[in-house]
Amino acid sequence: MERTAVHRRLNWQLARVVEGVTETARTKSIALDAIDWPGHLAGQHVDVRLTADDGYQAQRSYSIASAPEDEHLVITVQRLEEGEVSPYLTETLVPGDELELRGPIGGYFVWQEALGGPVLLIAGGSGVVPLRAILRHHRATASEIPVRLLYSARTRGDLIYRDELADYDTVVTLTNEQPQEWSGRAGRIDSAFLTETAWPPAERPLVYICGPTGFVEAIADALVTLGHDPSRIRAERFGPT
Amino acid sequence: MIALDGNAIAGDFLEVFGVDLTAALCVCAACGMSSVVAEAIVYMGGPGRVARCRGCSELLFVLVTIRDVTCVDLRGIAGLDMEI
Repeated sequence: MERTAVHRRLNWQLARVVEGVTETARTKSIALDAIDWPGHLAGQHVDVRLTADDGYQAQRSYSIASAPEDEHLVITVQRLEEGEVSPYLTETLVPGDELELRGPIGGYFVWQEALGGPVLLIAGGSGVVPLRAILRHHRATASEIPVRLLYSARTRGDLIYRDELADYDTVVTLTNEQPQEWSGRAGRIDSAFLTETAWPPAERPLVYICGPTGFVEAIADALVTLGHDPSRIRAERFGPT
Repeated sequence: MIALDGNAIAGDFLEVFGVDLTAALCVCAACGMSSVVAEAIVYMGGPGRVARCRGCSELLFVLVTIRDVTCVDLRGIAGLDMEI
């Protein structure tokens, strides 16, 4: 990590919405133009703050979906039905609107070439967002370090970045649906699944797991039981806050 | 309340200390376990964010923000090691 980038105060800044892209029925990617954006590392997140007319403020964290090399800063937001912030971001926001954000945030759940690999990315649901940033960064820098994504989603319709990810070394599994003509896997990611699809512990893969808390815990436990070094496993848990 | 992890409070630490603390090694004052701040169990609710040790569940630290002032109580941390 560039240390000069670490030592700075975190200030709220305005970013303008450039484009909204519907990824699935519940998720939308929002491309932003942030003039004072200092750049980020693949895997980091931003905080977004909304202020109502009466001054009430709500703040949420969203993973950055774009690579540092991409033209715009992109976040992908999943709409939570009871949410305070996500329905606004996914349904009301239009290009030209402004958002308050601060970041980039987080220096642990990041991947850079110098950290090595092989890199094993494991996503549950919208946990794929920061891992997509890592994949894009990996490709943008023409890294030759092996990288593979294991991606678990409920149904085919829940798969975010489906077409884009088909172009990477990706193993997709669906937990709640087995559609006809589905060539991917079915069921949860467990020990047997990991034994088949992950690099063995002897190759010391650097693992990034992102998903809901239960998903992350189950997979981290399974990996350690299989003999993977806990210090090579990085996790980010998310949930409604 | 859903338990998250230390990544969820990275922004608060960055705002207060001006440095990312998620990769810092944090030593639990109760059980002595050393692990990165990102691995702490974090509960986000109300004005306070509570972090607990993944080894023994004891309190590590609490952050409370009221009217734009953040108070950080580090009572459960015996040590914090980080690269500068």
